[in-house]
Amino acid sequence: MYVAVKGGEAAIDNAHRLLADRRRGDRSVPALTLEQIAAQLALAVDRVMGEGSLYDRELAALAIKQARGDLIEAIFLVRAYRTTLPRFGASLPVDTGAMLVERRISACYKDLPGGQLLGPTFDYTHRLLDPELAGDADVDGPATRDAGGPAVMRVSDILAQEGLIEEENPGQPKQEPADITRAPPEYPLSRDARLQALSRGDEGYLLALAYSTQRGYGRTHPFAGEIRIGEVEVEAFLPELGFAVTIGRVQLTECQMVNQFAGSAKAPPQFTRGYGLAFGQAERKAMAMALVDRALRTTEFGEDIVAPAQDQEFVLSHCDNVQATGFVEHLKLPHYVDFQAELDLVRRMRREHEERNGEALREAAE
Amino acid sequence: MHVTDLSDMDERRRRRMGVLALAPERALAERFRAFGEDPAFTAVRGPETGLMLLRGRMGGTGKPFNFGEATVTRATVRLSDGAVGHALFIGRDAAKAQIAAVIDALAGDPQREARIEAEIIAPLEAEQEGRDAARRAETAATRVEFFTLVRGED
Repeated sequence: MYVAVKGGEAAIDNAHRLLADRRRGDRSVPALTLEQIAAQLALAVDRVMGEGSLYDRELAALAIKQARGDLIEAIFLVRAYRTTLPRFGASLPVDTGAMLVERRISACYKDLPGGQLLGPTFDYTHRLLDPELAGDADVDGPATRDAGGPAVMRVSDILAQEGLIEEENPGQPKQEPADITRAPPEYPLSRDARLQALSRGDEGYLLALAYSTQRGYGRTHPFAGEIRIGEVEVEAFLPELGFAVTIGRVQLTECQMVNQFAGSAKAPPQFTRGYGLAFGQAERKAMAMALVDRALRTTEFGEDIVAPAQDQEFVLSHCDNVQATGFVEHLKLPHYVDFQAELDLVRRMRREHEERNGEALREAAE
Repeated sequence: MHVTDLSDMDERRRRRMGVLALAPERALAERFRAFGEDPAFTAVRGPETGLMLLRGRMGGTGKPFNFGEATVTRATVRLSDGAVGHALFIGRDAAKAQIAAVIDALAGDPQREARIEAEIIAPLEAEQEGRDAARRAETAATRVEFFTLVRGED
């Protein structure tokens, strides 16, 4: 028998009204503006754009405000919003080599064309809380210096000159890359689909998996070949004009991990690669993604799958925090009927258990 | 990456649309107002906001993959003389899309093209270059200058 249960509308309305009140908080404190969130909580905004898989700072800031700072809830809001929009097309692949670099470091070479550019980094700070930030003290403008000199060369290009690292070639121009937002995953996934899933994957989850590879669970001997952050131009083809135009810029973080060798009887040993690419300033995410990308390339290099980070179905089917939170949090929804069935079952099992034990006791007594 | 065999006219249009796409809405609206022409037009399409799938390359240079989407806005307008203009850029600014499409349509007229270049496009491009130069100079100040300590082991 199925019994429809209704009710709770008034409670739900009042709960949402209470949520709105608590979100606003003390009315004597000014409300946050989206400009404040986008500018002063910029890295939270970047994370919501990355895992929400939608580049739009203002919408990400709105989502953070609406979600009271719960970033996974904000990511959920952004993902829901993107499903309401039509897709106009796809961009040409961005050229990260032509990035307007705001930060570029390499752990492989000390001196390299373009130099080590630290940019706005938390590195080398002492991680001591700064009481001055509790107020609104004036902040000095940035120092400047003549920006002349050589272009910021890719570290992978330096290694490629000697053939010391595997080549990454553009492939067939007509071949459309996989799109996991349109086609359900069929494992094993190709690397393009894996990178798309990792790019929108949960930072904490990828960080933990990346860490596990460093601790020995699928070790890949990585070096941070290069991390670069900055804006790249995005071009798209306009069919009505017959040519591609620049449609804007997006800020990206790119990480090229250089990993230990692959080679064969035919090919000499060379470094292998892991690649990370994320919206905004998201260095930890891009590094974790690059480590996990490399770990997932086991079959390409004839490596055994011995660790969770190398198991693509495990990694990729759990990396989306909107899916994960949906399934974990659905446990809050009413399961009254399911639970009633389980109650009946456990009562029957207990009854049978008692009957068996009763019989055994009687037999023992006889 | 750029298509190389465009006609001079298409190449100028390509560059113009790129500058308009990058221009902040307020700066663009001010330049357009100062330009002094605000022709009547019919909205052929939009302005409408949608998504553009963004692509990167594996390892920066390899095969393409999709890594996310961006909100984009596009508009197509037709002026009373029949000239058609397009705009497409990252963001959700409908007013900017309309202005950019009208400028694109006006610039199809050789009489106006040079004035649009001089009064709208070139100044907007110079402003963008100024912002980029400032960014580069700030980044350059964070470049590490290594110095070597010579040890007495000769």
